[in-house]
Amino acid sequence: MTDSKYFTTTKKGEIFELKAELNSDKKEKKKEAVKKVIASMTVGKDVSALFPDVVNCMQTDNLELKKLVYLYLMNYAKSQPDMAIMAVNTFVKDCEDPNPLIRALAVRTMGCIRVDKITEYLCEPLRKCLKDEDPYVRKTAAVCVAKLHDINAQLVEDQGFLDTLKDLISDSNPMVVANAVAALSEIAESHPSSNLLDLNPQSINKLLTALNECTEWGQIFILDCLANYMPKDDREAQSICERVTPRLSHANSAVVLSAVKVLMKFMEMLSKDLDYYGTLLKKLAPPLVTLLSAEPELQYVALRNINLIVQKRPEILKHEMKVFFVKYNDPIYVKLEKLDIMIRLASQANIAQVLAELKEYATEVDVDFVRKAVRAIGRCAIKVEQSAERCVSTLLDLIQTKVNYVVQEAIVVIKDIFRKYPNKYESVIATLCENLDSLDEPEARAAMIWIVGEYAERIDNADELLESFLEGFHDESTQVQLQLLTAIVKLFLKKPTETQELVQQVLSLATQDSDNPDLRDRGYIYWRLLSTDPVAAKEVVLAEKPLISEETDLIEPTLLDELICYIGTLASVYHKPPSAFVEGSRGVVHKSLPPRSGSSESAESPDATPSGAQTSEQPAVIPTQGDLLGDLLNLDLGPPVSSPPITTSSVQMGAVDLLGGGLDSLLRSDVGGSPAMGSASFTAPNAVMPASLGAPISSGLGDLFELAGGVGTLSGSYVAPKTIWLPAMKAKGLEISGTFSRQVGSISMDLLLTNKALQVMSDFAIQFNRNSFGLAPAAPLHVHAPLAPNQTVELSLPLNTVGSVMKMDPLNNLQVAVKNNIDVFYFSTLYPLHILFVEDGKMERQMFLATWKDIPNENEAQFQIKDCPLNADAVSSKLQGSNIFTIAKRNVEGQDMLYQSLKLTNGIWVLAELRIQPGNPNFTLSLKCRAPEVSQYVFQAYETILKN
Amino acid sequence: MIHSLFLINCSGDIFLEKHWKSVVSQSVCDYFFEAQEKAADVENVPPVISTPHHYLISIYREKIFFVSVIQTEVPPLFVIEFLHRVADTFQDYFGECSETAIKDNVVIVYELLEEMLDNGFPLATESNILKELIKPPTILRSVVNSITGSSNMGDTLPTGQLSNIPWRRAVVKYTNNEAYFDVIEEIDAIIDKSGSTVFAEIQGVIDSCIKLAGMPDLSLSFMNPRLLDDVSFHPCIRFKRWESERVLSFIPPDGNFRLISYRVSSQNLVAIPVYVKHTISFKENLSSGRFDVTIGPKQNMGKTVEGVIATVHMPKAVLNMNLTASQGSYTFDPVTKVLTWDVGKINPQKLPNLKGIVNLQSGAPKPEENPSVNIQFKIQQLAISGLKVNRLDMYGEKYKPFKGVKYITKAGKFQVRT
Repeated sequence: MTDSKYFTTTKKGEIFELKAELNSDKKEKKKEAVKKVIASMTVGKDVSALFPDVVNCMQTDNLELKKLVYLYLMNYAKSQPDMAIMAVNTFVKDCEDPNPLIRALAVRTMGCIRVDKITEYLCEPLRKCLKDEDPYVRKTAAVCVAKLHDINAQLVEDQGFLDTLKDLISDSNPMVVANAVAALSEIAESHPSSNLLDLNPQSINKLLTALNECTEWGQIFILDCLANYMPKDDREAQSICERVTPRLSHANSAVVLSAVKVLMKFMEMLSKDLDYYGTLLKKLAPPLVTLLSAEPELQYVALRNINLIVQKRPEILKHEMKVFFVKYNDPIYVKLEKLDIMIRLASQANIAQVLAELKEYATEVDVDFVRKAVRAIGRCAIKVEQSAERCVSTLLDLIQTKVNYVVQEAIVVIKDIFRKYPNKYESVIATLCENLDSLDEPEARAAMIWIVGEYAERIDNADELLESFLEGFHDESTQVQLQLLTAIVKLFLKKPTETQELVQQVLSLATQDSDNPDLRDRGYIYWRLLSTDPVAAKEVVLAEKPLISEETDLIEPTLLDELICYIGTLASVYHKPPSAFVEGSRGVVHKSLPPRSGSSESAESPDATPSGAQTSEQPAVIPTQGDLLGDLLNLDLGPPVSSPPITTSSVQMGAVDLLGGGLDSLLRSDVGGSPAMGSASFTAPNAVMPASLGAPISSGLGDLFELAGGVGTLSGSYVAPKTIWLPAMKAKGLEISGTFSRQVGSISMDLLLTNKALQVMSDFAIQFNRNSFGLAPAAPLHVHAPLAPNQTVELSLPLNTVGSVMKMDPLNNLQVAVKNNIDVFYFSTLYPLHILFVEDGKMERQMFLATWKDIPNENEAQFQIKDCPLNADAVSSKLQGSNIFTIAKRNVEGQDMLYQSLKLTNGIWVLAELRIQPGNPNFTLSLKCRAPEVSQYVFQAYETILKN
Repeated sequence: MIHSLFLINCSGDIFLEKHWKSVVSQSVCDYFFEAQEKAADVENVPPVISTPHHYLISIYREKIFFVSVIQTEVPPLFVIEFLHRVADTFQDYFGECSETAIKDNVVIVYELLEEMLDNGFPLATESNILKELIKPPTILRSVVNSITGSSNMGDTLPTGQLSNIPWRRAVVKYTNNEAYFDVIEEIDAIIDKSGSTVFAEIQGVIDSCIKLAGMPDLSLSFMNPRLLDDVSFHPCIRFKRWESERVLSFIPPDGNFRLISYRVSSQNLVAIPVYVKHTISFKENLSSGRFDVTIGPKQNMGKTVEGVIATVHMPKAVLNMNLTASQGSYTFDPVTKVLTWDVGKINPQKLPNLKGIVNLQSGAPKPEENPSVNIQFKIQQLAISGLKVNRLDMYGEKYKPFKGVKYITKAGKFQVRT
């Protein structure tokens, strides 16, 4: 006798039959009928027509029948709101029942009936239940507040339920505490601004106590809540860590991962010298590894999180390489993740093992996995120099297998290896050339063509090879076409005599027969370069290539820090901050790791200023993004003409060098009035830019630069008063304040160093991280004598703009490292853009008009400058002091229109139209620029200059 | 939190749905079906799928997909753990977690799901508590119920629900008091072509069956507790005692449960009990190949290796296999290309061997990949890590319980590459 009997139907019509049974006098028959109804409901059948009949069965002493009716109600009340009211009386009565089980059941079910009218009746019973003597009822009521909030948030606030809920955090019963925390967290998620979970040392203590006693699910809620707390110092952080650590041995993997999150976050505050720090690191490894022996679904989530943890703190799992070895019957999603982590953990110590494994994987069945394994071998070569040779020979072995996709992947990665280790492995080119014909994927073809072009002088028949590709030029994908164009130009520059015909052929194919603007424009650029100045062409096309970075697919440090705060959540699975994808989160609070207090470590970790830790000592390294070839293709040009990945996240943006020297030179030649260069060529980079402007920054020091201030010196451009950049408490007594100035063509950073410590400071040095405009110190920081305690020294550091360029966010962000005999300190500051306005920024009238027209309208940005009491002439002269030149002044309908131009150090022109209405202190500023992302900062400069 | 749950069978029918908040249309499962189609193999369906308005987190167990729908940021592990708990509960209640069992007990299933989750928050997931709220179906009970008209629903608040030991019922009575522990160790290993160990570790568990009356307080100690440095505990275990004295001290749940699970990974502690000698080769032009596999015992501490089964996923190009087994029997499924050799016990004097000819599709290129051999085996009365229980003490109750410990070692994911 099973429940499947409930599914059988009769001839008369099911609903009719059920109706009769529901109204039967016999209790047993009634119950059976309700069961049938529920059974139909579970498979998605519509039985809402029976609503009144089922509700009639509600008043009963039989608990099972009652529960069944409740199940039905929850499902259908929404579709029959008027009739649902009929049930209210029973609910209210049940909330007074002596049996706590029934009281809880009633309050629980009422919350699930998502009908507005019912919520009003729910308030009184709920209030009672929240104060019920039985903890079971209280904990159910706590959840009910969250349900009610979901239906009618205003009501919950008006009725003061939130306060009652907050009180429950101090409840004597741990289960009630856990549920209150869970309910508050859920409510807080939809109201990020409301400070619902007001965490303080007392409430944290209560949570930690409840943590030990509540159920596993409650532990998850409490741990997730704890992770949002910001301990006041490292001692508090340590004591919380100590009390959370036992959770790492819990059998429930979600508890373990939530505990890992708390520890990873609070560890940030602990000094690395502490013994406890080391102990904690050791304790983290085993539970993470244990997660990998669970079910594959759990493994997957764990692996995605481990991927983050390994990037943040590689030392935790560096000895655990083997647990990531792939078993042939792992699900594919687990295999791919394991492979990723293996490469991250690869080091000189374990590379032999890793390579042996990867080679094994390259002969597996699953194509996706094999490809990734081959790629991984290439990544190992690039990451661990000692292994490069072995990797290359492994790749050659794989090419010998002649398995098509293996060969293609191998060629793609070998190209990267060539770039990383120039002049070392070119002997294998011959082998690669043998496989030319079998390449049918664009990426592999493009890679091969790149190799042929790059090493044209070593390949005897390079011209023949390239010519053979040229035959089917129009059928190739853009990627291959662009690469072919560049490769043939390279070939021509290397062997000009034999290949003139070939280069002409490709240029005409690219410029005349192609519809692709990127291809056409690149063709024109090469054409012009080659025809006007072959020497310059050589310099540009065959330029020294920047190194490719060792780590690929690294998550940008600020994002990584944010993601560490989201360990165990969906964000950690997708490696995106929740703001990027969670629909329910209305407005998002950005989480960040706590700053380390009292740390004495040196440049080792990027904690203090995320992403600012690497000072610009290393050679320029471009981080390779998903599309490595994209970078390669663009090397000759600077700006990515082939469409770069357009994303809304600011992450990858940082890597694309949009303002680099390449664009600079292009712009200049464009301004020079070349007919060949349509403005279309710049639409690609332009389209990408605005997205990054609004992106939030998490630099705590970002706000230091204040626009308001006293009057600066009148000669030269406006100089803001000095502000504190590095407070003494963050830099062991060294206080740095400063500002930027520009006088007669030279930029300087005016600094005030104050020693607020008790010891003498000496050996000062300064370095800048790569920044948007290549600002760099032009001379070393020269402090004449050691700085005695309480002494202040004022100095001016000359700057130039020939440093390496990396786009920052915000654009005018400058990350600085200052060293003295005590330590290295990092801070970041925003420089006003007008220090970059050069003296020869005055454009010809005609040119201005032409350029203004030429820049597409979508590049125009409009701003309001408020409360500026100056007239047009005063404005004009004031701006001229800062190298903003007025080219023309017109009076249109009583308004003064000023047309102005300025040029940045990297050659970007900005054109401006300033509209001034006499008597109205608010000006309208329209800016046009080919790189519109600078507009906002130019506007800020305008404001700063005009208001001071 | 968890919004809805859909149960889907292998042929893609949604046979049960449950919503804890508002109703989510079945059509959301289309995204799941899409992913399922793309994955080709049921095991390869990604566990987290995003759709425009929801996230689908699923597990695959006993040929059923448990697909949960979530709408807000929720720890996915929390959802996955919960889904496994649901499957465990079904198993516990109906003896098996299958589509038929669920359909046969659909009302109980529905009541259980309602009891386990409230508004997406877990409510009661401990089997002990659930069984007090909703009694598992038995033939006797349904007969009694139909005569007396009583229900299978408990009408008082389960006592464990709010105590500090939510895992234990309050009034437990037995005439025979017994406590049994099974120490089960599984060896996960990857052995390379040449027979050396690439990776090996032991996944151990201690499963307990405790039927003791009243409120017994147990302490279990080991001869060599140092082995256990990576352990996950059942919530009943007092962590502090373990930290300080390396003794497992706990008030047990009633019935069957997993006391601890542990991992032993340091290579020198993981003995590999069997070895495999193999030649699997394919000839370039002859459309055939040779297959020769021998399995022998290695370090088994004088115990017999039994229940040996070898499975090999042969390459796609293999048509069929003509083999002779010196012991046991073999089958080859030409559709899935899986060769299964049921060996049985290994007799060290006469090693089991399976050899013969592999027939390939004519004209197909020689397979590139080398198939791995998956080995299963069992060794009774041995914990391969050497873990030994020292003694079990009981406090709080006066009677003398029967006590017993059993050891068994099995192959986990034990793979030999060829």
